[in-house]
Amino acid sequence: MSEAIKSLRSRQNALADSFFQLEVLSKTTHSHDDQASFASKLRMSNLFPLKPTGIEIFQINVGKMCNQVCKHCHVDAGPDRKEIMSRETMKLCLEGIKKTGAHTVDLTGGAPEMNPDFRWFVEEISKLGVEKIIVRCNLTIILANKKYHNLPEFFKTHRIEVVSSLPYFNAIRTDAQRGDGVFEKSIKALQMLNEVGYGKSDTGLILNLVYNPSGAFLPPSQSALEVEFKNKLKSNYNVDFNSLFSITNLPISRFLEYLIDSNNYDAYMAKLIEAYNPSAAANVMCRNTISIGWDGWIYDCDFNQMLDLKVNTKHNHLSDFVNEELLNRSIVINQHCYGCTAGAGSSCGGTIS
Amino acid sequence: MKTYYNPEDLKKFGNIAEFEKNLANKFFSYYGEVFKDGALTAREKSLIALAVAHAIQCPYCIDAYSVDALEKGCDEAQMMEAVHVTAAIRGGASLVHGVQMMNKVKELTM
Ligand code: SF4
Ligand code: SF4
Repeated sequence: MSEAIKSLRSRQNALADSFFQLEVLSKTTHSHDDQASFASKLRMSNLFPLKPTGIEIFQINVGKMCNQVCKHCHVDAGPDRKEIMSRETMKLCLEGIKKTGAHTVDLTGGAPEMNPDFRWFVEEISKLGVEKIIVRCNLTIILANKKYHNLPEFFKTHRIEVVSSLPYFNAIRTDAQRGDGVFEKSIKALQMLNEVGYGKSDTGLILNLVYNPSGAFLPPSQSALEVEFKNKLKSNYNVDFNSLFSITNLPISRFLEYLIDSNNYDAYMAKLIEAYNPSAAANVMCRNTISIGWDGWIYDCDFNQMLDLKVNTKHNHLSDFVNEELLNRSIVINQHCYGCTAGAGSSCGGTIS
Repeated sequence: MKTYYNPEDLKKFGNIAEFEKNLANKFFSYYGEVFKDGALTAREKSLIALAVAHAIQCPYCIDAYSVDALEKGCDEAQMMEAVHVTAAIRGGASLVHGVQMMNKVKELTM
């Protein structure tokens, strides 16, 4: 049984402060040894300074509010977090999407659906005619309140690609990471999504699942695990989905807290560093993505956003950003980036090499 | 405290090449081949290795294949079932010799 936890912020934990997190990351023995600094690894792979290849994905974090309080959450999200995107900032996002010409809009949170302007925002993005809109739905939100029960229909109307976390195909592992009862509700929500056609062949309604380890170890091979997930979810719960993304936990926020408290931090960092893969480094998601915070600041990725590492450009807010500057920027990196380059690599869309 | 086993030594496994390079290289390349996906998946092989590790009661192997099985996507129940397979075979191997004991006893008694 997992005990209920609260956000770092509400517990006034020192790790709620991004400066402190960066200090912890920089004080590891590994970053003092130049060989182990992420920058030096990139240099050896001829990737330093890390440059974007374009802006294809416009990822927007519409707020830190969430109905869950997962133990590993890199956003430090929870019901107590009130930082959510205003309609004004959403309007700036709409302008930003047009200005960058990104073909994919990726909405995340917290639970993005809890933002009162979420549906309005999706409708407005739809009108822009982008190729793909992704919503990172935590599944349980669909059952959290009557007003969310018709989310599957809403997603369908806008041909949203739904991406949802399910750390394992059983309750023990899932609930240990995401909270008691989450597995059962997630399965129910997946069945509701299946009912309207999500995850079914020939509907074109895409439902992808995300696996991430429930502990201080690296994720397995994506393709092997996908087969296992498909078999187990189909035979035990009659659930269908399209693809499984296998994601590595980055050593930040609540996962960093877990690593430190469980005495796994040093070994985990050493493991990530040892598993550095240059071909994954060449494909890290920040090279074709930008990430927008709830208050309109621009970041290289959602992880940098949580560490408050804004893009390294003169104009780094949606209200005044310049496309050229973004395209020519050097991406801000730190030791947490090793989480993206370990083994087969990791991104919001799964493995990358 | 001095002990015969040191967890740090596991990382030094590769150092066996220091005293005999040729055989070590052959062993490690063979080892790598064995654990690749084949007729059995890498995941199934990891569970077999975990079970064998318990049969030979090698602390290094138990450490290594507990991590490896997790990283191949196995869960606690699967890993414990693998250890029960070890126990069943080991226990069964002892018990089946009971037949030998019975044979001898029957030979000697009225
Ligand atoms: S991991 Fe996702 S669902 Fe869990 S608390 Fe964080 S934002 Fe919410
Ligand atoms: S953490 Fe962000 S900036 Fe660092 S490599 Fe990953 S995507 Fe890029």
